[in-house]
Amino acid sequence: MKMKTVLALAVGLTATLQVATAGDLTGTVTLKGTPPAEKEITPLKDDATCGKFHAAMPKTQFFVVAANGGLADTVVMLKGISGKSTGASAAPVVLDQKSCVYVPQIVAVQTGQTITVKNSDPVLHNVHSIPAVAGNEEKNLAQMPNGADLTLKFDKAENFLKFKCDVHPWMFAWVTVVDHPYFAVTDKEGKFTIKDVPAGKYTVTALHRKAAPLGVEQEVEVKADGAKADFTVEVK
Amino acid sequence: MNDEKNTSAAGGDFIIHSPWLHRFALLTVAATLGLIGIGGLVTSKAVGMSVPDWPTSYGYHMFALPIATWLTGGVFHEHTHRLWATIVGVLVVALMRWLGGRTARRALLIIGGAEILAGFALLALGPDWRGAGHFLSGIGGVVLLAGVVWVNSSPAARPLPALGWWAFWLVQVQGLLGGLRVVLDAHVVAGAKLGMVFGLIHGCLGQAFLLLLCVIALLTSRWWQKQHSESGIQNPECSAQRWFLFTTVMIFLQLILGATMRHQHAGLAIPDFPLAHGKLWPDTSPAAVASYNAVRFELAGENPITAAQIWLQLAHRALAVVILSAVAVCAWRTRGFLRRPALIWLGLILVQAGLGAWTIWSNKAADVATAHVLVGALSLVTGALLTIITFRFSGAARQ
Repeated sequence: MKMKTVLALAVGLTATLQVATAGDLTGTVTLKGTPPAEKEITPLKDDATCGKFHAAMPKTQFFVVAANGGLADTVVMLKGISGKSTGASAAPVVLDQKSCVYVPQIVAVQTGQTITVKNSDPVLHNVHSIPAVAGNEEKNLAQMPNGADLTLKFDKAENFLKFKCDVHPWMFAWVTVVDHPYFAVTDKEGKFTIKDVPAGKYTVTALHRKAAPLGVEQEVEVKADGAKADFTVEVK
Repeated sequence: MNDEKNTSAAGGDFIIHSPWLHRFALLTVAATLGLIGIGGLVTSKAVGMSVPDWPTSYGYHMFALPIATWLTGGVFHEHTHRLWATIVGVLVVALMRWLGGRTARRALLIIGGAEILAGFALLALGPDWRGAGHFLSGIGGVVLLAGVVWVNSSPAARPLPALGWWAFWLVQVQGLLGGLRVVLDAHVVAGAKLGMVFGLIHGCLGQAFLLLLCVIALLTSRWWQKQHSESGIQNPECSAQRWFLFTTVMIFLQLILGATMRHQHAGLAIPDFPLAHGKLWPDTSPAAVASYNAVRFELAGENPITAAQIWLQLAHRALAVVILSAVAVCAWRTRGFLRRPALIWLGLILVQAGLGAWTIWSNKAADVATAHVLVGALSLVTGALLTIITFRFSGAARQ
């Protein structure tokens, strides 16, 4: 009993020390240049069932840019870290199919983390995950109208792993799988926060599926009180 | 039936000409052209995997899929393609039986029986094989029925029974390829996704299959038999046999290039025409390709484009110019009664070039891209039949 107590105290102390020497990495991703106009998704509007869910003509969402240039849907992550995934115990990430569109369309998860795919539509979808990295399994699963949730996991790190619905071929989501918990996806203002990054020097990369598919990098030193890193990605 | 028959040296009779056989061959050709059209729509709309299983559809027997599911989005196109293919399959078995006559019965009985037994064997393997078992035993049932009925029918003149057997096997291979394209979609061999590979072969073989049926239709026609039986064959004054052959081969090569582009599901590798990314010769450096991908918004062809895909489309454009020039030469060098068909061929190629340009200007609209596939098939068939006719006359002229 005494031994267990000592072990528990040791684990708790280690965790406390780690948090004490960890800080949040925050920043903003800004788009430089004028992105092309988004395209009208006419097949969606023309679809007898799905078209009813949209009063106005739906458009693609490749570049979601705030008034100040902040770029949403950018995945920011630490580079060069592997085998630190806590995905098995992390809360599931939800991908919903709503009004015949994936919501959200850009997400990031850890390796081994559960992705829960919902179908909130009264229409059939097929959930087709199409990885490009060996070790991540491709699946094509039917999901009936308002059907039971599906769960998927991926074991290998991969940027922008494609999810699509072949029944409604304009429906896409892009899942970035990371082998550690130090990543974030920018919000509508282009802002991000990566929590509890252990103090140290890192290469941080910002990936946008269109503007920076290979990533824009910078060196950052994270201290106990955190760090700030702003990125600019350019569209020509 | 108004069939004209003759007796072979071995003593058996055979059909020289049957108007209803010819009409049935034309019906099979029309059904196959429709099948290529709906198959083209499946690829153009990128809905090939909208029914994830095969030969079942969402777990249902192919003919028992609920109508509400059938009418949902891309399921409509994919499932209709499957049902239509079944009709073509039955038509081809019947056509083969008609062409082969009583001499084909024994083989059909054996094949049909074997397929039924194999289907039942698959059913016994377990629930995972149920769909395949029903599919195979269903085909076997159709084949067996074809062998049972119409006991004393006369075969068609050679080489039609052999061509019928080719069609019989090809239609089954095509069905299997279509199914494997679905069930093996996720598998990768030597870096190539099997779904893409099987889809590509399925698309190209479909064109060859249509061509074979068109040859059968030509050889069963009154016109062909008349030319065959008359000693004084009209000389079409055609000195372009090799040009016809060369051009037809080029068209088939062009169809393979087109099918390769379509099955990569990368949308338009070059979004403008007649220029290419705003230039006569586009920049295909990694930086340039990255900039193209950054600003291209494809609704369905979501895969990023590569330099190789740009070169592929440039090759498609260059070959189009070669084909257009070659067909013009064929039309120019053809005299006599083949002059008009050769001009029709030239017209088809001009329409095809226009549809190619329109495909780009419409950002690969599914109906335009599919029309491009269909006119491509008609161009191939026209060229191949004209080639056969010119060589046929060439051979006769030497006799």
